[in-house]
Amino acid sequence: MAEVMRKAGAMLTAPFAWAAAAIDRPLRALQNAAGTNGMAAFFLAPNMLIFGLFVLLPLVINIAYSTTAGTALFLPDRTFVGAEQYQRLLTCTDYTDPKSCLEDQFWIALRNTALFVVLQVSLMTVVAMVTALILNREIMGRSFWRAVFFFPVLLSPVVVGLIWRWILQRDGLLNAALLQVGLEPHVWLTDRFWAFAAAVGVSVWAHVGFYALILLAGLQAIPKDLYEAAEMDGTRPGRVFWRITLPLLMPNLLVVIVLALIRAVQIFDEVFVLTGGGPGTSTLFLTQYIYEIGFASLLKNPGLASAASILMGSVLVVLTLIQLAVARRNEAKGRRE
Amino acid sequence: MTAALRTFLFRRRGGERWHWTDVVTWVWLVGGTILMFGPALWLVGSSFKSPAQLAEFPPTILPYVSRTVVVPGQDKPLPLYVVKLDNGETREMAEIRRIGIMAQMVDPAKPTEIVRVNIQSRTPAREIGLALSNYTEPFTHFDFLTYLGNSVFVTAVATLITLITNSMAAFALSKYQFRGRNAVMLLILATLMVPLSVILVPLYSIISAVGLFNSLWGVILPTVATPTGVFMLRQYMLTIPDELMDAARMDKASEWQIYWRIVLPLTAPALAVLAIFSVVWRWNDFLWPLIVLSRKELYTLQVGLNTYAGELNVQWHYILAMTVVTMIPVVLVFVFLQRFITTGIAGSGLK
Repeated sequence: MAEVMRKAGAMLTAPFAWAAAAIDRPLRALQNAAGTNGMAAFFLAPNMLIFGLFVLLPLVINIAYSTTAGTALFLPDRTFVGAEQYQRLLTCTDYTDPKSCLEDQFWIALRNTALFVVLQVSLMTVVAMVTALILNREIMGRSFWRAVFFFPVLLSPVVVGLIWRWILQRDGLLNAALLQVGLEPHVWLTDRFWAFAAAVGVSVWAHVGFYALILLAGLQAIPKDLYEAAEMDGTRPGRVFWRITLPLLMPNLLVVIVLALIRAVQIFDEVFVLTGGGPGTSTLFLTQYIYEIGFASLLKNPGLASAASILMGSVLVVLTLIQLAVARRNEAKGRRE
Repeated sequence: MTAALRTFLFRRRGGERWHWTDVVTWVWLVGGTILMFGPALWLVGSSFKSPAQLAEFPPTILPYVSRTVVVPGQDKPLPLYVVKLDNGETREMAEIRRIGIMAQMVDPAKPTEIVRVNIQSRTPAREIGLALSNYTEPFTHFDFLTYLGNSVFVTAVATLITLITNSMAAFALSKYQFRGRNAVMLLILATLMVPLSVILVPLYSIISAVGLFNSLWGVILPTVATPTGVFMLRQYMLTIPDELMDAARMDKASEWQIYWRIVLPLTAPALAVLAIFSVVWRWNDFLWPLIVLSRKELYTLQVGLNTYAGELNVQWHYILAMTVVTMIPVVLVFVFLQRFITTGIAGSGLK
């Protein structure tokens, strides 16, 4: 088997063999100078160079950037203002009312994002859970059904947004269906409430298959004999779920919830295409706020966008740390068992 | 066949009678299929409709085209209508011209006899057919071909660079002992989840500083050093026995040759998974290209589509067709590789 794979791999690399051969001689010289272990630096270099320049450096610069003001693009041209941007973002006379805040759009986006995260993650977790439980039953064509729910995961956010915009528009499929069953058509995407509901629903539609798969993998790892024993004792299915399935699935469920949270905090693409943040500001989320303030609006203020992205980033860092802790605990548990 | 179908359809949980969970299962699966595939199918179906048909409400399920007929004595093919005549008779007639609410119609069988008909009393004669011009016109009239080319370039080059640099880094991190190896690993792990949205502003200024603003390379480079890829390949390379390398070193192979001719071919399965993911990721990217590219001739498909859809006068018949073209590579990946991908995700929690 390994030999087959190796042959297949060799066939894939063969077209580039001339390039590999051409740089072998200079690399031998390098190896003679640096030693075998010195070659590690050479292999790491390309990735670390790109990584450093386009991931690490921006991370560091972001902090400096957020302490400056003005419209100049490059850091040395900008004026240092200390924590002023953060103060602007966080100043409100009444924290329950975004309109009383200095940066009212930020607070609206923050409130929308918080509401979105709570609704989307809870809805998605429940739907993913039910889907995983059903896919875990002994049904015919399981891999087909699994694929059915996974399909939208691969679609691009723009395509997802356009598909649903096409269906939810005034003369769209949903209104036609409502008319068929004798209900009133409605303007979904220009209604504040329904546009938000659509944002939640569409993002659940687009991602639920991914989370259902993680839960399904967890379900399949639960030993079958536990269920057989429960069946022997005549335990009711509901009780089996709460006493066996849920506790044993908890590690996967936690991973799903935290990953979904991380994703939901950054929601942007599909909603931007679906509603453009509207009507009004009803589907304006944090990433779009950063995008608008940093790049798109007339009142461009990259320093403010930077500060907002750092606030958002800190939430994500906390979530990521939780995720890593959960993953590590799962791994440790896996080793013990 | 029917027996097999019956056992398939009426398979139950243990006992003889239908359990409520069986009902829920089938409702969920069938409803899920409609809900998951339906919207995309509706989009594909709609993309074959003419603009006039797209404006119809309620919409028809299938796309139709108007029938035309060649009438002797007329230089152009004429559109056919089903006409309800005053005497209650219905006939298929072709329209010669229309003046106000009256149309001059002619029966194709009797080309000399012109009848004046109120347009209220006629309906267009249609047959099922595809408005393929939705697909052909964007290729000739718009920048669609440019967008497609840009997207293909970005996806192909980014994936190639991702595979090379990530596998080289993974090779170093899995096969060499050096000081700071754990530090590098930690750094990569720590940024595993730094999303683009957090570093948007400084990344933009760096891209501008190195002169990559409004360049496809500016879209490509920030995405290729993916920590996920390095991590995944490293985990895979750890399973390749070091003895293979030692044997090659005995044969005077260079470290580069060991990487290229031994480790890389053996990592083929993991590289394939990463390649598929990279293609899907890069093909679907939206936010970053939206920021880096401001010249229309550099737009990728996703940005171009969004711009079309954002225009005041949305030309849905073109947008739908272009959306379908945008979906094609991803649907191909889905059709041929979904089993492979779904097991891969379930195993690693990767995305």
